[in-house]
Amino acid sequence: MKLKTLLASTVAMTFIGLAAQAQTVGFSQIGSESGWRAAETTLTKQQAEERGIDLKFSDAQQKQENQIAAIRSFIAQGVDAILLAPVVATGWDSVLEEAKEAEIPVVLLDRRVDSSDDLYLTAVGSDLVHEGKVAGEWLVNEVGDAECRVVELQGTTGSSPAIDRKTGFEEGIAGHDNIEIVRSQTGDFTRAQGKEVMESFLQAENGGKDICALYAHNDDMAVGAIQAIKEAGLKPGEDILIVSIDAVPDIFKAMADGEANATVELTPNMAGPAFDALDAYWKDGTMPEKFIQTESKLYTPEDDPAGEYESRKDLGY
Amino acid sequence: MLLTIRSLTKTFPGTLALDDVRFDLAAGEVHALLGENGAGKSTLIKCLTGAYRPDAGEITLDGAVVAPRSTGEAQELGIGTVYQEVNLLPNLTVAQNLCFGREPRRFGLVSSRGMKAMAEGMLDGYGLDIDVSRDLGTYSVAIQQIVAIARAVALSGKVLILDEPTASLDAREVEMLFDVVRGLRAQGLGIVFVSHFLDQVFDLSDRVTVLRNGRHIVTEDIAALDRVRLIEHMLGHALEDEVEARNAGHVEARRPPMLHFEGMARRGVIEGFDLEVGQGEVVGLAGLLGSGRTESAELLFGLRAATAGTARDQEGPLTLDSPRAAIRAGFGFAPEDRKTDGIVADLSVRENIALALQARRGWARPIPRAEQQRLAEMYIERLDIRTSDAEKAVGDLSGGNQQKVVLARWLAMNPRFLILDEPTRGIDVGAHAEILRLIHQLTDEGMSVLLISSELDELIAVSDRVIVVRDRRHVAELTGAGISTETIVHAIAQHARKDGEAA
Amino acid sequence: MQTLRRLAPQIVTLLAVCLLVTLFFPGFLDISMSGGRLVGPVIDILKRSAPVALLAIGMTLVIATRGIDLSVGTVIAICGAVAAWAIAGGMGLWAAVALAIGAGLLAGLWNGVLVAVIGIQPIVATLILMTAGRGIAQLITEGRILTFTDPGFAWFGSGTLFGMPVPAVIWIVTGVVMAQLMRRTALGLLVEAIGINRRASALAGVNALVLLIAVYMASGLCAALAGIITAADIRGADANNAGLWLELDAILAVVIGGNSLLGGRFSIAAALLGALIIQTIDTGILLAGFPSEYNLVIKAGLVVIILVLQSPRLATEWYFWRRSVREGPPPATTKEHAR
Repeated sequence: MKLKTLLASTVAMTFIGLAAQAQTVGFSQIGSESGWRAAETTLTKQQAEERGIDLKFSDAQQKQENQIAAIRSFIAQGVDAILLAPVVATGWDSVLEEAKEAEIPVVLLDRRVDSSDDLYLTAVGSDLVHEGKVAGEWLVNEVGDAECRVVELQGTTGSSPAIDRKTGFEEGIAGHDNIEIVRSQTGDFTRAQGKEVMESFLQAENGGKDICALYAHNDDMAVGAIQAIKEAGLKPGEDILIVSIDAVPDIFKAMADGEANATVELTPNMAGPAFDALDAYWKDGTMPEKFIQTESKLYTPEDDPAGEYESRKDLGY
Repeated sequence: MLLTIRSLTKTFPGTLALDDVRFDLAAGEVHALLGENGAGKSTLIKCLTGAYRPDAGEITLDGAVVAPRSTGEAQELGIGTVYQEVNLLPNLTVAQNLCFGREPRRFGLVSSRGMKAMAEGMLDGYGLDIDVSRDLGTYSVAIQQIVAIARAVALSGKVLILDEPTASLDAREVEMLFDVVRGLRAQGLGIVFVSHFLDQVFDLSDRVTVLRNGRHIVTEDIAALDRVRLIEHMLGHALEDEVEARNAGHVEARRPPMLHFEGMARRGVIEGFDLEVGQGEVVGLAGLLGSGRTESAELLFGLRAATAGTARDQEGPLTLDSPRAAIRAGFGFAPEDRKTDGIVADLSVRENIALALQARRGWARPIPRAEQQRLAEMYIERLDIRTSDAEKAVGDLSGGNQQKVVLARWLAMNPRFLILDEPTRGIDVGAHAEILRLIHQLTDEGMSVLLISSELDELIAVSDRVIVVRDRRHVAELTGAGISTETIVHAIAQHARKDGEAA
Repeated sequence: MQTLRRLAPQIVTLLAVCLLVTLFFPGFLDISMSGGRLVGPVIDILKRSAPVALLAIGMTLVIATRGIDLSVGTVIAICGAVAAWAIAGGMGLWAAVALAIGAGLLAGLWNGVLVAVIGIQPIVATLILMTAGRGIAQLITEGRILTFTDPGFAWFGSGTLFGMPVPAVIWIVTGVVMAQLMRRTALGLLVEAIGINRRASALAGVNALVLLIAVYMASGLCAALAGIITAADIRGADANNAGLWLELDAILAVVIGGNSLLGGRFSIAAALLGALIIQTIDTGILLAGFPSEYNLVIKAGLVVIILVLQSPRLATEWYFWRRSVREGPPPATTKEHAR
């Protein structure tokens, strides 16, 4: 008993000693509205722990005023840097100026703001158009010169991911007249809608026999569509190629079963590149680029989907 | 003649509502328009006010033929109407109501001072001393009624139609309203007066026109008519003594006691009272409006929970904590306000009659359609409910027939104790007599009845005993030969005086 | 015969919408047999209309009592989450179904008590669960899509029974059972009575309190069935999106079915036809292949046309127009011409 207490207190002392030397970073997160966002939070905490950074986490619950209050409190505590995933694009000028006056670098994660770019160190994010393009290019390589009629499941009508991922895909297949998008409808980014709309695509395209590939703006819709294809008596992944975006765990499960062919990752690991940039800045004042684009990595069945599923399933997706 | 109507005819699918009707109205007279429900009074008025367009016939106003197509047009021609339910806006001020649609303006804006002056001018001569800038809804129905008249007179100015204006007024308010009407008659307006209250007709009218089944029956000077002849005209047959008192000998026969209520009370609503009801007995509850009559009945039926008191019959104690419990104890209650508490308007006559019986049987044991049909047809015949068939929605029937449907609902339950709260209010004289006869008949068969009524004649005619209620207390009990108008009024007055002394 | 006359406007509307879709998608009415199951757009519509149709059954009863139940879309999410949680937790198929139905009944009980006992207006009372309930569902799923693989449970979403999709069988059976329950017993009459005049009904001895609670529980039960189907369909509970805004489609179905929002007379069959009309429009838009920007505009346009054509005022005009055509032009018109 005594020994245990002694041991525990020693360990605790060691940690406190380490923490005193480590950098402190404040992270103002939007909330936990989606699985992806939850994974981003988990990964940011993981990354901080690996690097010995003391991360102060604040959940804004979708409210900008909560984020501004959190940043002010980070400034008051004198943190070494601030990570901000902004809930909206506008209204950040004054609080960013306060951070600048206190000489605390701010790194934007995932989303951008409308403020002057000298108010923050850098922004880390993905390029939505590029993601679509990667998906399109994969399809071009996959089908070669064969005729391919593609159906597309769009995201929520009018949302920027839906618009950009559509544009990117069209860029990716541009110049390859053998590939044609024959039907395009919104599936609202949801599994249920993805399934329902895919069912009507199958009905409309000769029971699905005329469809060569499905491009879905997110994995959830693709998972729904895969079920619809199976229920129509076709083999997803073989009879109809499936390519989608996000790389959530469930699409790797489908890929491991041979029911999906490709997914483009929207990495929730925005913190890794952000900490890399901060390390360089702290070390010798290196100014990073104003926008650090995360890699839009393509995953196919050759990339050990079962392993990817295992490594991702507990991130909070 | 100010207004003449000749050969007016109006048909609705399946009915001839008006058949070659004539009607004359002179300037400076009050002309009563009488008839049973369904006689054609409302249709005639609606043709006059432009709500209906007649199929044939001619309306002449001031010598010119008119055919109003809307209420507004009728108003412009000079025909204004005031209904039983005041159709003004209670949440606007009196002035706004009076000036609505023709507000005095200054610089294009409504001038509130100008409006106040205008409103006060309009009310001049009506003997009202009220603040026109207060909301109309804060005044009594009688004052609202007079404001409505003032507005109608100001807008129209030749013919004023009063459609059951006194139905929700007390005696003093009626007198106040009649003074106003007499004043307008003196100014030379022609006034059409529709009412069920024959006393008021004799009190106010100069001439009477009776309609029956859509036809003109008679027009006569009021002085040339007596009550019985008037009722004969309305019913079309000589009325067997409408008011046939339960004769004195009847009373002496003690009725076997059936229900005992002791110390029934609810704080702030009614003070504790005892009541015994014999089998086949009619107990009358007399008293002014708001005296606690209805509240007593509501306590007995479990509609309001009693805070004290017990109820028992010959078998043992009864629980009366809800209408369902009271119904289980064999009670029935036909409430005062038929429309909100009695009928279920959109359901058919058949369904309304079967409703209470069905509720008692429970949802799982539906009354077979044929049985419902049989019940409905039986009561339609027995109570002479005027309806095209049993499937007609009750809301489409006239007031008296709605009341009969509510009665039929309870009779179908075969209750031992039936509470009737103002069963004859607002219904025509024929149905009135029928309902009183029905009470006789039911009590002869052994049913007991608690009758609440504002009409002393009615109470005296059917009651074995009358209990007088005043200021939320049962103050007197009259029996047998002791029941008369004088004794009841005396009981109320005496206690009023006592209260006065105590204060 | 009487029933047929009551349903005539809805049947005509449904046929008209089917005809319209066929113009844009000629294969609309094709039905074929494939692997022991019926396949075709019409079969898809029968299957896809299950959630709204089930909600419309409960909603019809609630609206008949002069109430409204805004919480049903959320109850779908809760019940789906409960079912998925139970399946994922290894409790087995029937436990999951029983728990989901229990959750639905509990939600209905909550609404019913707020409305009948506490006396909160139905729109406000059910709004509470509508807004709070999705949070409850998210707590159960921990904010993610809770997936499962149990083929037995998935049967409720994508299985077949006698060649028909199971969701279609569920809503049709539920509809028939409910309608028969209402008309073969006295429930229908009593529900209508309290909807038209609760006070008068209570005075006649109708147990309005218990009936009101029962009606909201029936609505909760229907929502639970819809929740089971929705979760089984995608083999997962999506607390954020399951049943989202479906309460509005259900109300629309009841209204297209010619039921008055003021309570009283109701027809479950007409509301179910309303749900079919809505789903036919939805599926028709997908099949016709319009760009998705037009989806909502087309749907709204068609609904407006349907409701206008069904309005009582227009029906009266139509009646008089037909009569005047049959009896020749009225004299007034002749005069106009003479002038």
